Amino acid sequence: MSEQAVASPEISYVNHDTGGTKRLWQVFWILSFVTIVELIMGFGLAKHWYGDPIKNHGFILFIKGAICILSLAKAYYIVGVFMHLGSELRNFRMTIVVTLVLFVWFIIAFLSDGNSWKNMRNTRGHSMPDETEQVAPAAKAADTKE
Amino acid sequence: MSTTTIPTGVKWWNGGRSPFNASYGKVMMWYFLMSDAFTFGAFLISYGTIRFSQNVWADANKVFDSAPFIHGGAPLFFVSIMTFILIASSVTMVLAVHEGHKMNRKGVEKFMIMTIIGGLLFLGCQAWEWTHLLTGEHFALAANGGLEGLNTSVIHNPWGQALSSTELSSALAQTSPEVLKNMILSHDHSAVLNGLSADQLLEKVNEAVAAGHLHVTHPGPIAFGGYFFGITGFHGFHVFSGVIINLIMYIKTKLGHFDQRGHYEMIEKAGLYWHFVDLVWVFVFLCFYLI
Repeated sequence: MSEQAVASPEISYVNHDTGGTKRLWQVFWILSFVTIVELIMGFGLAKHWYGDPIKNHGFILFIKGAICILSLAKAYYIVGVFMHLGSELRNFRMTIVVTLVLFVWFIIAFLSDGNSWKNMRNTRGHSMPDETEQVAPAAKAADTKE
Repeated sequence: MSTTTIPTGVKWWNGGRSPFNASYGKVMMWYFLMSDAFTFGAFLISYGTIRFSQNVWADANKVFDSAPFIHGGAPLFFVSIMTFILIASSVTMVLAVHEGHKMNRKGVEKFMIMTIIGGLLFLGCQAWEWTHLLTGEHFALAANGGLEGLNTSVIHNPWGQALSSTELSSALAQTSPEVLKNMILSHDHSAVLNGLSADQLLEKVNEAVAAGHLHVTHPGPIAFGGYFFGITGFHGFHVFSGVIINLIMYIKTKLGHFDQRGHYEMIEKAGLYWHFVDLVWVFVFLCFYLI
């Protein structure tokens, strides 16, 4: 049957998986499992499992980074298996994947720009010491007294 | 994963065959999705830039902590349901594509219907969430020094830092009795407040704050609402158009158009779009709810 399922005469080889659905269900369970791990890690952020948000800032950033990497893993499985990009020709795959590499620059450039605006505003263009360094812990201490 | 191996040494660029071994429509669907990925990426990165530029941002675990019949205290619960609905509809979509490869019309129909239902369920969840944010009141410090009830919208964001106890008592002293009544009613819908004096209302509000039922905050950055409603709205519009496309594909399957054509490639192209919608949700979920 699969020989007839070709959309155009220019397509030389049928790239379809006409076998079972085992791989698809396997990916479904991987996506579900990764999502549950992400939810548990995110729930920890809500319930302050990782300690004081100001003191343990670095560790919380690490947890958030780990959640981002897990999301990228989900994206890899969705694109590679559900969208069948993994079974396309390498040349075609590269026209898409290489273009998306632009995002690496895009993310680094703009997030560091935002961070720089914050620092400039807090220090009035680096002419004053960072105000938030002193203000934030004081407000925190007042809150915990309630 | 493919069952057909392509022999080595094929001259792909000599003409007479598709150099990507794919139809024009499928290749162009991929490139459309790539440009759409850059649109979504630009929105999300712009959101990230503004978020990085602020000292305080709305805490997602407080903004999105409710679900139907659950009034607060359940962070991530409702959005995890939405996420699993989309993952499940992605699986039914890929199963429909799989049945299409086998030229099994009944199978395609069954899985397309399941995918459409998943999409509609997701849209229903999103409608509930938007309604909850746009109609729900949260109490924040107003310009006049008292407190006011604000919804979460593109012009209001009540989700800033919590007030300290001294800030709270001076703000409450300048708050009108009507707002105090609304504050009590916002967590206790059946409270009877007729005939209570301003001092008695104040006492009830203080009790509720001490017990953690009421959170009183500074207003947060206005940009939060614009980004949240803009990006989830743009994604929701993609889900909506995906449901329409899937519905058309279902009708065409039912009418036997793809059997006449000899292949189910249209289901594959609709599937690419639907999986892309799921893919974008992975990142919307990450950026707005998880981190």
